Amino acid sequence: MIDKRVQSLAEAVAGIKDGSVVLCAGFGGAGLPDALCEALIEQGARELTVVANNAGTGRAGLAALMAAGRVAKIMCSFPRSSGSVVFEELYAAGKIELELLPQGTLSERMRCAAAGLGGYYSPVSVGTRLAEGKEHREIDGRVYVLEKPLKGDVALLAADRADRWGNLTFRKSQRNFNPTMAMAADLSIVQVRRIVELGELDPEVIVTPGIFIDRVVQVAF
Amino acid sequence: MPLKRRQIAWRAAQDLADGAYVNLGIGLPTLVSDFIPEDREIVLHSENGILGVGPAPGANEADPDLINAGKQPITLVTGGSYVHHTDSFLMIRGGHLDLALLGAFEVAENGDLANWTTDDPGFPPGVGGAMDLAVGAKEIRVLLEHTTRSGAPRIRRRCGYPLTAAGAVRRIYTDLAVIDVTGQGLVVREIADDIDFAALQARTEAELRPGPDLKPLRAPTV
Repeated sequence: MIDKRVQSLAEAVAGIKDGSVVLCAGFGGAGLPDALCEALIEQGARELTVVANNAGTGRAGLAALMAAGRVAKIMCSFPRSSGSVVFEELYAAGKIELELLPQGTLSERMRCAAAGLGGYYSPVSVGTRLAEGKEHREIDGRVYVLEKPLKGDVALLAADRADRWGNLTFRKSQRNFNPTMAMAADLSIVQVRRIVELGELDPEVIVTPGIFIDRVVQVAF
Repeated sequence: MPLKRRQIAWRAAQDLADGAYVNLGIGLPTLVSDFIPEDREIVLHSENGILGVGPAPGANEADPDLINAGKQPITLVTGGSYVHHTDSFLMIRGGHLDLALLGAFEVAENGDLANWTTDDPGFPPGVGGAMDLAVGAKEIRVLLEHTTRSGAPRIRRRCGYPLTAAGAVRRIYTDLAVIDVTGQGLVVREIADDIDFAALQARTEAELRPGPDLKPLRAPTV
């Protein structure tokens, strides 16, 4: 029987190892798996590389994980926003490594990994500092850089509803990185507002089929 | 009179084509949505996966699940839809957006754009979707003040700040002028009322040429 539901946040994040690459969904305040990030603090995994669009807001969720000293490196596109206090403190103190990627590159590299591909050629960043050191190739008169797949050991996700198969629906701009990160990690863990009976989610509305999901936990958020 | 920021946004909005799919970059360009002419239906794209960005919600109606690229609450217009992030950037990178209106630190006479970092050591750098937009949208127009606060030109021969993209920009809207980037250099289409061409050139590092139909740049009080 397929049942991806777990009973607690602790169970949701059990077994995540030190040094993991953690894909952390969310854009601004929408679609953030805050409860999972905070459960990871309890769990104790450290030396993490986090892949996220931003670098935490306020002191909850990912920011709390960073403040607890568990994140060695963050790969993101826009670390600084109003309220990114924890990241800025750590960065100024040299306590966290930053790798900056164009936002679309972040997304497409993860999709590439999810799709089992070896890489892709992108026109984005050509002629800029972020293309330095990358293989360049001219294809049909346009210059591209080679981007490699970006796979996660773990994805921490947030969705609106799930069933026991792990099928997910989202609400508005909560969706953002969740579907791609779900597909690009070996272990995909999602916090949802409501777990519903199998069959209650309209197949036309399921955005992430459960094949990509390993653990589902219900949280109020 | 030099235009105020909202007036620069108003002017840029006048050039929106009916039916265009448009991304408004963070900062000054977001004001453009306040001035979309009533006879034009524009679909606003937001990089976090929204087509059909609508006006800001009323005070008690903000939905934390519905925000724009600047993390502000928005509404969705009738006909709008949601996509995941990778598809949103497929739209951007794959040339499906007609236009991106972006802010800039500097623009060069060849259309090079610098708008993501000034290499300020006190600021961790961030790029967001700027490089994707600059390369992917069918057309890029920028909105910026003509000079810095201390009077240094922002329209340059070559950008001093790290580039977002090379040769990307087609039209520039400032508080003093509307300027096109052409194969033959920068051409001024409109110039603010109480500044003459020589004064405009004095505030611009790149060489400017007046266009054949040079007009005054005027905007209503908005």
